[in-house]
Amino acid sequence: MIRSFGWNEFLILLRATEWTILLSLISFAGGGALGFVVALARTAQHKTLRWIAVAYIELMQATPVLMVLFLVFYGLGLFGFDIPPLIAASIALIVYCAAFLGDIWRGCIEAIPKQQWEASEALAFSRWQQLRYVVLPQAAKISLPPTVGFLVQVVKTTSIASIIGMVELTQAGRFVNNATFQPIKVFSAVALIYFVLCYPLSLWAQALERKMNAGRRA
Amino acid sequence: MPVVALENVTKSFGALTVLDGVSLAVEPGQVVAVIGRSGSGKSTMLRCINGLEQIQSGRIEVAGHVLENNKTALRELRQDVGMVFQSYNLFPHLTVEENITLAPRVVKKEPLAEAKATARNVLEQVGLSEKIDAYPEQLSGGQQQRVAIARSLAMHPKVMLFDEVTSALDPELTEEVLRVMEGLAKAGMTMMLVTHEMGFARRVAHVTVFMHKGKVWESGPSERIFSDPQTPELRQFLASGLK
Repeated sequence: MIRSFGWNEFLILLRATEWTILLSLISFAGGGALGFVVALARTAQHKTLRWIAVAYIELMQATPVLMVLFLVFYGLGLFGFDIPPLIAASIALIVYCAAFLGDIWRGCIEAIPKQQWEASEALAFSRWQQLRYVVLPQAAKISLPPTVGFLVQVVKTTSIASIIGMVELTQAGRFVNNATFQPIKVFSAVALIYFVLCYPLSLWAQALERKMNAGRRA
Repeated sequence: MPVVALENVTKSFGALTVLDGVSLAVEPGQVVAVIGRSGSGKSTMLRCINGLEQIQSGRIEVAGHVLENNKTALRELRQDVGMVFQSYNLFPHLTVEENITLAPRVVKKEPLAEAKATARNVLEQVGLSEKIDAYPEQLSGGQQQRVAIARSLAMHPKVMLFDEVTSALDPELTEEVLRVMEGLAKAGMTMMLVTHEMGFARRVAHVTVFMHKGKVWESGPSERIFSDPQTPELRQFLASGLK
Protein backbone atom coordinates (compact mmCIF):
# COMPACT_ATOMS: atom_id res chain seq x y z
CA MET A 1 0.00 0.00 0.00
CA ILE A 2 1.46 3.30 -1.02
CA ARG A 3 0.63 6.34 1.05
CA SER A 4 1.10 9.83 -0.21
CA PHE A 5 2.94 12.52 1.69
CA GLY A 6 0.34 14.47 3.63
CA TRP A 7 -0.23 16.08 7.00
CA ASN A 8 0.00 12.80 8.93
CA GLU A 9 3.34 12.00 7.37
CA PHE A 10 4.54 15.49 8.18
CA LEU A 11 3.51 14.92 11.79
CA ILE A 12 5.69 11.82 11.86
CA LEU A 13 8.61 13.97 10.81
CA LEU A 14 7.81 16.57 13.44
CA ARG A 15 7.64 13.95 16.15
CA ALA A 16 11.02 12.60 15.09
CA THR A 17 12.33 16.16 15.22
CA GLU A 18 11.92 16.00 18.97
CA TRP A 19 14.64 13.34 19.01
CA THR A 20 16.85 15.49 16.81
CA ILE A 21 16.44 18.36 19.26
CA LEU A 22 17.00 16.09 22.26
CA LEU A 23 20.16 14.61 20.74
CA SER A 24 21.39 18.11 19.85
CA LEU A 25 20.88 19.31 23.41
CA ILE A 26 22.57 16.26 24.92
CA SER A 27 25.52 16.58 22.52
CA PHE A 28 25.88 20.28 23.13
CA ALA A 29 25.52 20.11 26.91
CA GLY A 30 27.77 17.08 27.30
CA GLY A 31 30.20 18.28 24.66
CA GLY A 32 30.24 21.70 26.28
CA ALA A 33 31.05 20.31 29.72
CA LEU A 34 33.79 18.04 28.37
CA GLY A 35 34.95 20.74 25.95
CA PHE A 36 35.41 23.17 28.83
CA VAL A 37 37.74 20.67 30.47
CA VAL A 38 39.56 20.19 27.14
CA ALA A 39 39.96 23.97 26.71
CA LEU A 40 41.37 24.30 30.24
CA ALA A 41 43.73 21.39 29.69
CA ARG A 42 44.81 22.80 26.33
CA THR A 43 45.74 26.14 27.93
CA ALA A 44 47.15 24.66 31.16
CA GLN A 45 50.69 25.25 32.36
CA HIS A 46 51.15 21.52 32.84
CA LYS A 47 52.88 20.17 29.74
CA THR A 48 51.43 16.66 29.83
CA LEU A 49 47.90 17.97 30.24
CA ARG A 50 48.38 20.26 27.26
CA TRP A 51 49.79 17.43 25.21
CA ILE A 52 46.85 15.14 25.99
CA ALA A 53 44.39 17.87 25.00
CA VAL A 54 46.24 18.54 21.74
CA ALA A 55 46.27 14.84 20.89
CA TYR A 56 42.56 14.54 21.63
CA ILE A 57 41.62 17.59 19.57
CA GLU A 58 43.80 16.61 16.61
CA LEU A 59 42.56 13.02 16.62
CA MET A 60 38.90 14.04 16.72
CA GLN A 61 39.22 16.75 14.12
CA ALA A 62 40.92 14.34 11.73
CA THR A 63 38.35 11.57 12.17
CA PRO A 64 34.94 11.53 10.47
CA VAL A 65 32.34 11.71 13.18
CA LEU A 66 30.65 8.73 11.54
CA MET A 67 33.69 6.58 12.38
CA VAL A 68 33.47 7.70 15.99
CA LEU A 69 29.83 6.70 15.97
CA PHE A 70 30.59 3.25 14.48
CA LEU A 71 33.36 2.69 17.01
CA VAL A 72 31.05 3.54 19.89
CA PHE A 73 28.06 1.61 18.59
CA TYR A 74 29.72 -1.53 17.18
CA GLY A 75 32.89 -1.34 19.24
CA LEU A 76 31.11 -1.31 22.57
CA GLY A 77 28.78 -3.91 21.12
CA LEU A 78 31.76 -6.22 20.63
CA PHE A 79 32.54 -5.98 24.31
CA GLY A 80 29.05 -7.18 25.06
CA PHE A 81 27.53 -3.79 25.79
CA ASP A 82 24.24 -3.63 24.01
CA ILE A 83 23.70 0.10 23.88
CA PRO A 84 20.64 1.78 22.43
CA PRO A 85 21.23 4.06 19.42
CA LEU A 86 20.38 7.23 21.40
CA ILE A 87 23.09 6.47 23.95
CA ALA A 88 25.64 5.52 21.30
CA ALA A 89 24.90 8.65 19.28
CA SER A 90 25.05 10.79 22.43
CA ILE A 91 28.45 9.44 23.41
CA ALA A 92 29.86 9.84 19.90
CA LEU A 93 28.57 13.38 19.48
CA ILE A 94 29.66 14.47 22.96
CA VAL A 95 33.16 13.24 22.26
CA TYR A 96 33.11 15.00 18.89
CA CYS A 97 31.64 18.29 20.13
CA ALA A 98 34.07 18.40 23.04
CA ALA A 99 37.04 18.45 20.69
CA PHE A 100 35.65 21.26 18.54
CA LEU A 101 34.26 23.36 21.39
CA GLY A 102 37.48 22.78 23.33
CA ASP A 103 39.45 24.15 20.41
CA ILE A 104 37.10 27.12 19.89
CA TRP A 105 37.28 28.02 23.56
CA ARG A 106 41.06 27.55 23.67
CA GLY A 107 41.24 30.28 21.04
CA CYS A 108 39.03 32.53 23.16
CA ILE A 109 41.17 31.99 26.27
CA GLU A 110 44.34 32.67 24.30
CA ALA A 111 42.79 35.85 22.88
CA ILE A 112 42.84 37.47 26.32
CA PRO A 113 45.95 39.70 26.40
CA LYS A 114 48.78 38.44 28.57
CA GLN A 115 48.73 41.76 30.44
CA GLN A 116 45.45 40.64 32.01
CA TRP A 117 47.25 37.58 33.38
CA GLU A 118 50.13 39.74 34.60
CA ALA A 119 47.95 42.33 36.29
CA SER A 120 46.07 39.67 38.21
CA GLU A 121 49.26 37.77 38.96
CA ALA A 122 50.77 40.94 40.44
CA LEU A 123 47.64 41.23 42.62
CA ALA A 124 48.52 37.82 44.11
CA PHE A 125 45.80 35.80 42.36
CA SER A 126 46.33 32.08 42.05
CA ARG A 127 46.16 30.57 38.58
CA TRP A 128 42.64 29.33 39.20
CA GLN A 129 41.53 32.75 40.53
CA GLN A 130 42.98 34.39 37.44
CA LEU A 131 40.93 32.08 35.24
CA ARG A 132 37.79 32.29 37.31
CA TYR A 133 37.61 36.06 37.81
CA VAL A 134 39.64 37.66 35.04
CA VAL A 135 40.24 35.47 32.01
CA LEU A 136 37.19 33.22 31.65
CA PRO A 137 34.57 35.98 31.99
CA GLN A 138 36.25 37.87 29.16
CA ALA A 139 36.80 34.73 27.12
CA ALA A 140 33.16 33.68 27.58
CA LYS A 141 31.99 36.91 26.04
CA ILE A 142 34.01 36.53 22.85
CA SER A 143 33.19 32.82 22.67
CA LEU A 144 29.45 33.38 22.24
CA PRO A 145 29.24 33.94 18.46
CA PRO A 146 31.44 30.98 17.45
CA THR A 147 29.77 28.76 20.04
CA VAL A 148 26.27 29.49 18.81
CA GLY A 149 27.56 29.07 15.26
CA PHE A 150 28.88 25.64 16.18
CA LEU A 151 25.48 24.70 17.60
CA VAL A 152 24.19 24.84 14.01
CA GLN A 153 26.78 22.23 13.07
CA VAL A 154 25.70 20.06 15.98
CA VAL A 155 22.04 20.08 14.93
CA LYS A 156 22.94 19.04 11.40
CA THR A 157 25.46 16.44 12.51
CA THR A 158 22.84 14.60 14.58
CA SER A 159 21.51 13.28 11.25
CA ILE A 160 24.30 10.67 11.25
CA ALA A 161 22.52 8.92 14.13
CA SER A 162 20.07 7.68 11.50
CA ILE A 163 22.76 5.28 10.26
CA ILE A 164 22.70 3.24 13.44
CA GLY A 165 18.92 3.17 13.42
CA MET A 166 17.97 6.03 15.67
CA VAL A 167 14.66 7.43 14.50
CA GLU A 168 15.46 11.09 14.48
CA LEU A 169 14.46 13.50 11.73
CA THR A 170 16.57 12.03 8.91
CA GLN A 171 15.70 8.42 9.69
CA ALA A 172 12.01 9.32 9.95
CA GLY A 173 12.35 10.91 6.51
CA ARG A 174 13.69 7.65 5.14
CA PHE A 175 10.80 5.72 6.68
CA VAL A 176 8.24 8.13 5.26
CA ASN A 177 9.93 8.00 1.89
CA ASN A 178 9.87 4.21 1.89
CA ALA A 179 6.15 4.36 2.45
CA THR A 180 5.37 7.14 -0.01
CA PHE A 181 8.06 7.02 -2.71
CA GLN A 182 7.92 10.79 -2.88
CA PRO A 183 11.55 11.59 -2.09
CA ILE A 184 11.46 15.17 -3.36
CA LYS A 185 8.54 16.11 -1.17
CA VAL A 186 9.71 14.12 1.83
CA PHE A 187 13.30 15.23 1.88
CA SER A 188 12.34 18.80 1.06
CA ALA A 189 10.19 18.71 4.16
CA VAL A 190 13.04 17.20 6.18
CA ALA A 191 15.44 19.86 4.91
CA LEU A 192 12.92 22.57 5.70
CA ILE A 193 12.63 21.38 9.29
CA TYR A 194 16.43 21.40 9.67
CA PHE A 195 16.42 24.90 8.22
CA VAL A 196 13.79 26.08 10.67
CA LEU A 197 15.88 24.68 13.52
CA CYS A 198 19.19 26.09 12.33
CA TYR A 199 18.42 29.41 10.72
CA PRO A 200 17.40 31.22 13.94
CA LEU A 201 20.63 29.98 15.50
CA SER A 202 22.62 31.34 12.56
CA LEU A 203 20.86 34.69 12.84
CA TRP A 204 21.52 34.74 16.56
CA ALA A 205 25.22 34.01 16.02
CA GLN A 206 25.42 36.80 13.44
CA ALA A 207 23.64 39.23 15.75
CA LEU A 208 26.03 38.38 18.57
CA GLU A 209 28.97 38.98 16.29
CA ARG A 210 27.65 42.35 15.15
CA LYS A 211 27.04 43.35 18.74
CA MET A 212 30.56 42.32 19.67
CA ASN A 213 32.10 44.27 16.79
CA ALA A 214 30.06 47.34 17.65
CA GLY A 215 31.93 47.51 20.97
CA ARG A 216 30.98 46.04 24.26
CA ARG A 217 28.80 48.77 25.67
CA ALA A 218 28.45 51.28 22.91
CA MET B 1 65.62 47.36 57.58
CA PRO B 2 65.06 47.93 53.88
CA VAL B 3 61.62 47.15 52.38
CA VAL B 4 63.22 45.97 49.16
CA ALA B 5 66.70 44.47 49.02
CA LEU B 6 68.40 43.04 45.95
CA GLU B 7 71.71 41.29 46.36
CA ASN B 8 73.80 40.46 43.35
CA VAL B 9 70.79 39.61 41.20
CA THR B 10 71.37 38.21 37.72
CA LYS B 11 68.79 37.54 35.08
CA SER B 12 69.16 36.54 31.47
CA PHE B 13 66.83 35.78 28.60
CA GLY B 14 68.67 32.99 26.83
CA ALA B 15 72.13 34.24 25.97
CA LEU B 16 71.20 37.84 26.69
CA THR B 17 72.16 39.02 30.17
CA VAL B 18 69.64 41.60 31.30
CA LEU B 19 70.58 42.00 34.94
CA ASP B 20 74.24 41.58 35.74
CA GLY B 21 74.78 41.50 39.48
CA VAL B 22 72.33 44.14 40.65
CA SER B 23 72.33 45.11 44.32
CA LEU B 24 70.20 47.81 45.84
CA ALA B 25 68.13 48.61 48.88
CA VAL B 26 65.01 50.69 49.36
CA GLU B 27 64.27 51.98 52.86
CA PRO B 28 60.74 52.43 54.23
CA GLY B 29 59.15 55.61 52.94
CA GLN B 30 61.82 56.04 50.32
CA VAL B 31 61.04 56.92 46.71
CA VAL B 32 63.54 55.44 44.28
CA ALA B 33 63.55 56.38 40.62
CA VAL B 34 65.19 54.02 38.16
CA ILE B 35 66.39 55.62 34.95
CA GLY B 36 68.33 54.38 31.97
CA ARG B 37 68.11 53.63 28.29
CA SER B 38 65.68 51.11 26.84
CA GLY B 39 67.16 47.67 27.31
CA SER B 40 69.23 48.69 30.32
CA GLY B 41 67.27 46.21 32.46
CA LYS B 42 65.27 48.66 34.55
CA SER B 43 61.80 47.26 33.81
CA THR B 44 63.06 43.70 34.11
CA MET B 45 64.49 44.50 37.52
CA LEU B 46 61.11 45.80 38.65
CA ARG B 47 59.36 42.71 37.31
CA CYS B 48 61.81 40.45 39.16
CA ILE B 49 60.93 42.07 42.46
CA ASN B 50 57.41 40.63 42.50
CA GLY B 51 58.34 37.46 40.66
CA LEU B 52 56.81 38.26 37.27
CA GLU B 53 60.25 37.33 35.95
CA GLN B 54 62.45 34.66 37.48
CA ILE B 55 66.00 35.46 38.44
CA GLN B 56 68.92 33.13 37.79
CA SER B 57 70.94 33.95 40.84
CA GLY B 58 71.16 36.38 43.71
CA ARG B 59 68.67 37.17 46.41
CA ILE B 60 65.63 39.42 46.60
CA GLU B 61 63.84 40.24 49.82
CA VAL B 62 60.65 42.28 49.89
CA ALA B 63 58.80 43.35 53.02
CA GLY B 64 60.23 40.45 54.99
CA HIS B 65 59.54 37.85 52.30
CA VAL B 66 62.45 36.18 50.56
CA LEU B 67 61.59 35.74 46.89
CA GLU B 68 61.55 32.05 46.08
CA ASN B 69 60.09 29.87 43.43
CA ASN B 70 57.23 28.59 45.53
CA LYS B 71 53.76 29.59 44.40
CA THR B 72 52.26 30.04 47.85
CA ALA B 73 55.22 32.05 49.12
CA LEU B 74 55.17 34.13 45.96
CA ARG B 75 51.51 35.01 46.46
CA GLU B 76 52.22 36.04 50.06
CA LEU B 77 54.95 38.35 48.82
CA ARG B 78 52.78 39.81 46.08
CA GLN B 79 50.11 40.79 48.58
CA ASP B 80 52.61 43.28 49.96
CA VAL B 81 53.80 44.59 46.61
CA GLY B 82 51.64 46.79 44.41
CA MET B 83 52.45 47.08 40.74
CA VAL B 84 51.26 49.55 38.14
CA PHE B 85 51.92 48.92 34.46
CA GLN B 86 52.50 51.09 31.42
CA SER B 87 49.29 49.83 29.77
CA TYR B 88 47.09 50.16 32.92
CA ASN B 89 45.76 46.59 32.52
CA LEU B 90 42.43 47.23 34.20
CA PHE B 91 39.91 44.41 33.92
CA PRO B 92 37.64 45.60 31.08
CA HIS B 93 34.64 43.47 32.09
CA LEU B 94 34.43 45.01 35.56
CA THR B 95 33.44 48.44 36.82
CA VAL B 96 35.96 50.67 38.55
CA GLU B 97 34.64 49.55 41.93
CA GLU B 98 34.78 45.87 40.97
CA ASN B 99 38.30 46.32 39.62
CA ILE B 100 39.36 47.65 42.98
CA THR B 101 37.44 45.26 45.24
CA LEU B 102 38.24 42.07 43.32
CA ALA B 103 41.70 41.31 44.68
CA PRO B 104 40.89 42.17 48.33
CA ARG B 105 37.82 39.96 48.15
CA VAL B 106 39.31 37.05 46.23
CA VAL B 107 42.86 37.06 47.55
CA LYS B 108 42.43 38.44 51.07
CA LYS B 109 38.86 37.18 51.55
CA GLU B 110 37.75 40.60 52.77
CA PRO B 111 34.01 40.99 53.32
CA LEU B 112 32.33 42.94 50.50
CA ALA B 113 31.40 45.90 52.72
CA GLU B 114 34.98 46.31 53.89
CA ALA B 115 36.35 46.01 50.35
CA LYS B 116 33.86 48.61 49.14
CA ALA B 117 34.82 51.01 51.91
CA THR B 118 38.47 50.61 50.95
CA ALA B 119 37.57 51.18 47.30
CA ARG B 120 35.91 54.49 48.15
CA ASN B 121 38.97 55.54 50.13
CA VAL B 122 41.54 54.75 47.49
CA LEU B 123 39.38 56.26 44.74
CA GLU B 124 39.21 59.47 46.72
CA GLN B 125 42.96 59.32 47.08
CA VAL B 126 43.37 59.29 43.29
CA GLY B 127 40.58 61.83 42.83
CA LEU B 128 38.12 59.66 40.94
CA SER B 129 35.29 59.10 43.39
CA GLU B 130 32.67 60.02 40.80
CA LYS B 131 33.87 57.26 38.43
CA ILE B 132 33.13 54.40 40.80
CA ASP B 133 30.51 52.82 38.53
CA ALA B 134 32.23 53.49 35.21
CA TYR B 135 33.78 50.81 33.03
CA PRO B 136 37.45 51.22 32.08
CA GLU B 137 36.67 51.94 28.43
CA GLN B 138 34.65 54.97 29.52
CA LEU B 139 37.72 56.53 31.11
CA SER B 140 40.66 58.44 29.66
CA GLY B 141 44.10 56.86 29.80
CA GLY B 142 45.09 59.03 32.73
CA GLN B 143 41.94 58.10 34.63
CA GLN B 144 42.49 54.42 33.89
CA GLN B 145 46.01 54.66 35.23
CA ARG B 146 44.78 56.37 38.39
CA VAL B 147 42.25 53.57 38.87
CA ALA B 148 45.08 51.07 38.39
CA ILE B 149 46.98 52.84 41.15
CA ALA B 150 43.88 52.75 43.36
CA ARG B 151 43.46 49.04 42.60
CA SER B 152 46.98 48.37 43.87
CA LEU B 153 46.52 50.60 46.93
CA ALA B 154 43.43 48.63 47.95
CA MET B 155 45.69 45.69 48.81
CA HIS B 156 47.51 47.91 51.33
CA PRO B 157 50.93 47.19 49.84
CA LYS B 158 54.15 47.91 51.70
CA VAL B 159 55.84 48.99 48.50
CA MET B 160 54.55 50.14 45.12
CA LEU B 161 56.30 49.44 41.83
CA PHE B 162 55.60 51.74 38.88
CA ASP B 163 56.71 50.46 35.50
CA GLU B 164 56.84 53.42 33.07
CA VAL B 165 53.31 54.27 34.08
CA THR B 166 53.09 57.51 32.11
CA SER B 167 54.82 56.36 28.91
CA ALA B 168 51.52 55.71 27.13
CA LEU B 169 49.99 59.06 28.12
CA ASP B 170 50.09 62.50 26.55
CA PRO B 171 51.65 65.31 28.63
CA GLU B 172 48.41 66.54 30.14
CA LEU B 173 47.31 63.12 31.31
CA THR B 174 50.87 62.41 32.45
CA GLU B 175 50.59 65.37 34.81
CA GLU B 176 47.46 64.07 36.54
CA VAL B 177 49.03 60.66 37.11
CA LEU B 178 52.28 62.17 38.39
CA ARG B 179 50.31 64.35 40.81
CA VAL B 180 48.70 61.24 42.27
CA MET B 181 52.10 59.59 42.60
CA GLU B 182 53.56 62.64 44.25
CA GLY B 183 50.68 62.59 46.72
CA LEU B 184 51.46 58.96 47.54
CA ALA B 185 55.14 59.78 48.03
CA LYS B 186 54.26 62.61 50.39
CA ALA B 187 51.98 60.26 52.32
CA GLY B 188 55.01 58.08 53.00
CA MET B 189 54.50 55.23 50.56
CA THR B 190 57.64 53.31 49.68
CA MET B 191 57.93 53.50 45.91
CA MET B 192 60.14 52.33 43.08
CA LEU B 193 59.49 53.86 39.71
CA VAL B 194 61.00 53.15 36.36
CA THR B 195 60.52 56.40 34.52
CA HIS B 196 61.52 58.67 31.68
CA GLU B 197 60.14 61.70 33.52
CA MET B 198 63.47 63.13 34.62
CA GLY B 199 61.95 66.27 36.14
CA PHE B 200 59.64 64.16 38.27
CA ALA B 201 62.45 61.83 39.34
CA ARG B 202 64.62 64.76 40.35
CA ARG B 203 61.87 66.52 42.26
CA VAL B 204 60.10 63.59 43.97
CA ALA B 205 62.53 60.67 44.24
CA HIS B 206 64.87 60.60 47.20
CA VAL B 207 67.26 58.34 45.39
CA THR B 208 67.83 57.90 41.67
CA VAL B 209 69.41 54.79 40.24
CA PHE B 210 70.95 54.90 36.78
CA MET B 211 71.06 51.51 35.11
CA HIS B 212 73.32 50.71 32.23
CA LYS B 213 74.11 47.34 30.63
CA GLY B 214 72.20 45.45 33.30
CA LYS B 215 74.14 47.02 36.16
CA VAL B 216 73.49 49.74 38.68
CA TRP B 217 75.92 52.13 37.03
CA GLU B 218 75.46 55.02 39.34
CA SER B 219 73.09 55.83 42.18
CA GLY B 220 72.67 58.39 44.90
CA PRO B 221 70.49 61.27 46.09
CA SER B 222 68.47 62.46 43.10
CA GLU B 223 69.70 66.01 43.28
CA ARG B 224 73.32 64.85 43.12
CA ILE B 225 72.66 62.33 40.29
CA PHE B 226 71.09 64.99 38.09
CA SER B 227 73.32 67.95 38.94
CA ASP B 228 76.63 66.17 39.29
CA PRO B 229 76.75 62.86 37.35
CA GLN B 230 80.01 61.01 37.96
CA THR B 231 80.17 58.61 35.04
CA PRO B 232 80.43 59.57 31.37
CA GLU B 233 77.52 57.19 30.57
CA LEU B 234 75.15 59.00 32.92
CA ARG B 235 76.37 62.40 31.70
CA GLN B 236 75.68 61.33 28.14
CA PHE B 237 72.28 59.86 29.05
CA LEU B 238 71.20 63.02 30.83
CA ALA B 239 72.42 65.19 27.98
CA SER B 240 70.55 63.15 25.35
CA GLY B 241 67.31 62.89 27.30
CA LEU B 242 66.21 66.51 27.37
CA LYS B 243 62.98 65.62 29.13
